[in-house]
Amino acid sequence: MAKAGAIPFTTRWMPEMFGIGTLVVAILIFELLVQSGVVNRFIIPPPSDVFLAFERVVMEEDILGRVRETAFEMTVAGVAVVIVGIPIGALLYRYSIWRRALEDWIGALAAAPIVLAFPLFLVLFGRSSTTIIVMAFFHGLAPIILKTVEGLTATRKVLINVGRSLNMTSSQMFWKILFPSALPVIFTGIRLSWTFCLITVVGVEFLINLGGLGQLINDLAERYDLPGTYASICFVIFVSVLFFVILERIESWLQPAR
Amino acid sequence: MTSLSSDSLSARTASASLAASAPAMVIDDVVKRFGRGTEVVTAVDHVSFNVAQGEFVSVIGPSGCGKSTLFNIIGGLLGDYEGNVLIGDERISAPHPEVGMVFQEESTFPWRNVIDNVAFPLELQGVAKSERMDRAHHFIDMVGLANFEKNYPSQLSGGMKQRVSIARTLVSQPKILLMDEPFAALDEQTRLLLGDKITQIQQQLNQTTLLITHNLTEAVQLSDRIVVMTYRPGKVKRIVDIKLARPRTSDVVGSDAFGHYVAEIWNDLREEASRGMADSESAASRRGAHG
Repeated sequence: MAKAGAIPFTTRWMPEMFGIGTLVVAILIFELLVQSGVVNRFIIPPPSDVFLAFERVVMEEDILGRVRETAFEMTVAGVAVVIVGIPIGALLYRYSIWRRALEDWIGALAAAPIVLAFPLFLVLFGRSSTTIIVMAFFHGLAPIILKTVEGLTATRKVLINVGRSLNMTSSQMFWKILFPSALPVIFTGIRLSWTFCLITVVGVEFLINLGGLGQLINDLAERYDLPGTYASICFVIFVSVLFFVILERIESWLQPAR
Repeated sequence: MTSLSSDSLSARTASASLAASAPAMVIDDVVKRFGRGTEVVTAVDHVSFNVAQGEFVSVIGPSGCGKSTLFNIIGGLLGDYEGNVLIGDERISAPHPEVGMVFQEESTFPWRNVIDNVAFPLELQGVAKSERMDRAHHFIDMVGLANFEKNYPSQLSGGMKQRVSIARTLVSQPKILLMDEPFAALDEQTRLLLGDKITQIQQQLNQTTLLITHNLTEAVQLSDRIVVMTYRPGKVKRIVDIKLARPRTSDVVGSDAFGHYVAEIWNDLREEASRGMADSESAASRRGAHG
């Protein structure tokens, strides 16, 4: 019998089990579609082949080193967008003239295909991790700035009035009311920014054939090793999941009421 | 009990003698206008009354009578006005440490649990953690939320959240508690019960309190005096002494005297509320005509 107050097993794990179950069912459907010839196996390999390719990719392609390299580039770009983007967002909130002047341009930056500007960055920073990190940083910067502005602007007026009634200084007002109030929206911005960063990191690795998982995907695709290519893509998903789990933990720690 | 048929002059005289003993706050000829040139709207028009130490005064009036403007002026959130709001000899032009404000809208911090919400003003004052926790516990007990200290606002009902806001205001022990329709969003039963709680706290602390409300029963249940305002521009129409016995509970709402006070004040308010309603309707029809 479940202990009093404990969450029943099915309630606690049902969402996770349902998620995994859905994935397994989707994989099985793909397997059937490819094996039956409905989907061309030269475009999408059977999931069973992809599964078997994992061992080869791990043993022969230095996958851990590549994951480490991609994760490193992603970490540097991801931390940099947070460190730079949130203060820029706060400044745009504070100075409305800057906000009105720059918000549309920053929105345009978010939509711009910065990946295509890789030749320029190669000239500036050389064929190195620095190029990948800088490009990922620029691509990831806009969402976090925009979401920081949005979160701060959305702070309820009554909370600001509580702060005013308590004679709070501007600094207290920011750190104790505006920032915590904006945090859920800022985290949405971080999620978007990190997605942009990871896409850019892997994309530029692929394009300039350098470094981590992007280069491996490029190599395997050039060799027409489709199961290996898809297995490598699974590792990109793994890196993505890893970063989002970390972000989730940080968010739970900073916002226990969530 | 003061005769309810007494005219406004005698009510004012009686009020003045009560307030004259030791006014905790003086509102003297306050005027607030918004807009410029031909677009000027007078929201508060030559409003004067005193609030004595330990007294519970309500300001009542229809929507649009400038109650919330008056709340913001007294709370120091609207510093630009004519006349004087005085605490001692000090004119209010910015939030004053001796005035604690409770707002109409739910104003707890969702990222802080109950005890951290209540201790917030003490944290700003740099009070040591153990002391601020002790004081916060005391006021949480006082508002009847002793078992909810670790809960977050999202886990509380509307009435409980307002009690957290009240405790947060009381914790810094303001000389004057200023409340702007704090129960407006609550159902009638919760409103009556919270009224009991407020009365109990007010008597326990001898807390000078100014309540802004449009709710008649709430005003009569809680107040020593009620300032009745006119519809736009907001002037003092009448000040009524409420001579119901204290200590007072929500049981009082069933008494004949209570009913008489409500009826009497409603007679004053009806005309103002009707003007307000007619004004809203003509504004709506003008919008319709333009639309």
